[in-house]
Amino acid sequence: MEVKIGLECHAQLLTKSKLFCSCSTDYHNADPNTHVCATCLGLPGALPVVNTRAIGYAIKIALALGCEVQEETIFYRKNYYYPDLPRGFQITQYDFPIAFNGLVRIESDSGDGSKEREIRITRVHMEEDPGRLAYKGTIDSAKYSLVDYNRSGMPLVEIVTEPDLKSPKEARIFLGKLRSILEYLDVYDGDLEGAMRVDANISIEGGDRAEVKNISSYKGVERALLFEITRQKNLLRRGLNVRLETRHYDEVRGITLSMRTKEFEHDYRYFPEPDLVPICISDRVEAVRQEIPELPDEKRKRFLALYSITPEHASSLTYDLPIAVYYEAVASKIDPRLSATWIADVLKGELNYRSISMREASKRIPHDEFVTILRSLEQGVITERGATTIIRAMLDKGGKPEEIIKIKGLASMGSEETEKIIYGVLKDNKAVIADYKAGKKETLNFLVGQVMKHTQGRADPKEVSRLIRDKIESGV
Amino acid sequence: MIQKEEIEHMGWLARIELSEADKELFVKQISSILDYFAVLDEVETAEVDPTYHVIGIKNVVREDEPKGSLSQSEVLRNAAKKEDGYIKSPRIL
Repeated sequence: MEVKIGLECHAQLLTKSKLFCSCSTDYHNADPNTHVCATCLGLPGALPVVNTRAIGYAIKIALALGCEVQEETIFYRKNYYYPDLPRGFQITQYDFPIAFNGLVRIESDSGDGSKEREIRITRVHMEEDPGRLAYKGTIDSAKYSLVDYNRSGMPLVEIVTEPDLKSPKEARIFLGKLRSILEYLDVYDGDLEGAMRVDANISIEGGDRAEVKNISSYKGVERALLFEITRQKNLLRRGLNVRLETRHYDEVRGITLSMRTKEFEHDYRYFPEPDLVPICISDRVEAVRQEIPELPDEKRKRFLALYSITPEHASSLTYDLPIAVYYEAVASKIDPRLSATWIADVLKGELNYRSISMREASKRIPHDEFVTILRSLEQGVITERGATTIIRAMLDKGGKPEEIIKIKGLASMGSEETEKIIYGVLKDNKAVIADYKAGKKETLNFLVGQVMKHTQGRADPKEVSRLIRDKIESGV
Repeated sequence: MIQKEEIEHMGWLARIELSEADKELFVKQISSILDYFAVLDEVETAEVDPTYHVIGIKNVVREDEPKGSLSQSEVLRNAAKKEDGYIKSPRIL
């Protein structure tokens, strides 16, 4: 059964002030209702005036997504009553958005051998964020809602896709790609709480579609959609209809619930916001285009060609801009392929394990010190295990590579010392050597292990293996 | 003539509870308003561009400069119910 998924992605823009008033956007750790004024509180007579930088950011996003930016853009009122909406309407856009018709390429099996899929972008428009509802205890047991309007009026860009996504996994990949593009543009920070919120339209062949609202994390998207597909498949299997409806995603329980809303699009009574005049945007397009940096797809292709690294490494290193910048700084001094392995595989793994960002990591291990670590490895001063130990130590406790090598005794053993230990191990394991000679080649691993134990990991296991084999075979 | 169900639906959209007497009254009043505006339906508009704004100015924007906000106590001054700096509202899902 074919699954079709379309997403509406709401991303908060990194402006300094809100979309229609001059309240600061720096509210993330603030007390409730402290970043609010007459305009974003919807007091009578307050006039919204649009933030010109927010418009510029929206145009930048539209261009990066390959959209056609429109001549002129108009704001509308979308009317509905909800406590997080102080005026009883949200200022958003309708038939004259910022842009239409874009395209995002994601890495996913297309089924025809290609590893790339094209996801069409329907439109890009701007709107204000509503406030935030909080609950005492859990959302189910709370007797009332608590409203914080600090978020009210935050600038959002809504990016709407065509129903081109074929699985929850693709939806997650798409969102990752979108995040990557927005961060490259320097208009968005995915680490901020609530920076991206997603509504998903999902249908299975033979059924109506349901809209799932309130998905607020990258992992949540895949989980919410998996739940929803299972729910719809079960209905269809029993010969029941999937109702055209809006469902709410419960992040804690990982399920979707019917919202039993009675509102449809015409109930929103969209009409042009009389307090905001039309904005000409086509004459800003060329200037904004000049500000668009090299984007992830172009960077990936350049990395592949310039550094001869694997496609997997090229993707992994270009997903997150700070990592790409860090990699290029290291690869300008150290073999690019060795750098790719140590940054894409080792460093990224250590960062994921500790949930720290590259921005933070580059404070703990500046790129020139990463160069020092890899140079020591290349020169045989330390082993691979030693290099990993240094990286972990620097991430956890700080310090300099040279000091850590000394303090932890990570300097590789001289070959003389290693040979001595190998000699000792071979002398103590005559029976094992006999097995090896009789054809049990796997016993070599045991011998290497014994040597590594005696050297406390300060020898290179590949080198040790080679030395042991040579010694046994030459009969020493 | 507008139907009672439509009045009920409008009441729901506005989150206003309507009594039976209210509904009857509004059916009459809103019907007469609609009849009054029906005159406009007779105007020939095929050649006229839609009007989005009645004032002929464009491109009113402001620079992205944060300025001060109200204090929390000022924000909460008109709130009927409040708790810990929040405004209290009925729970809606």
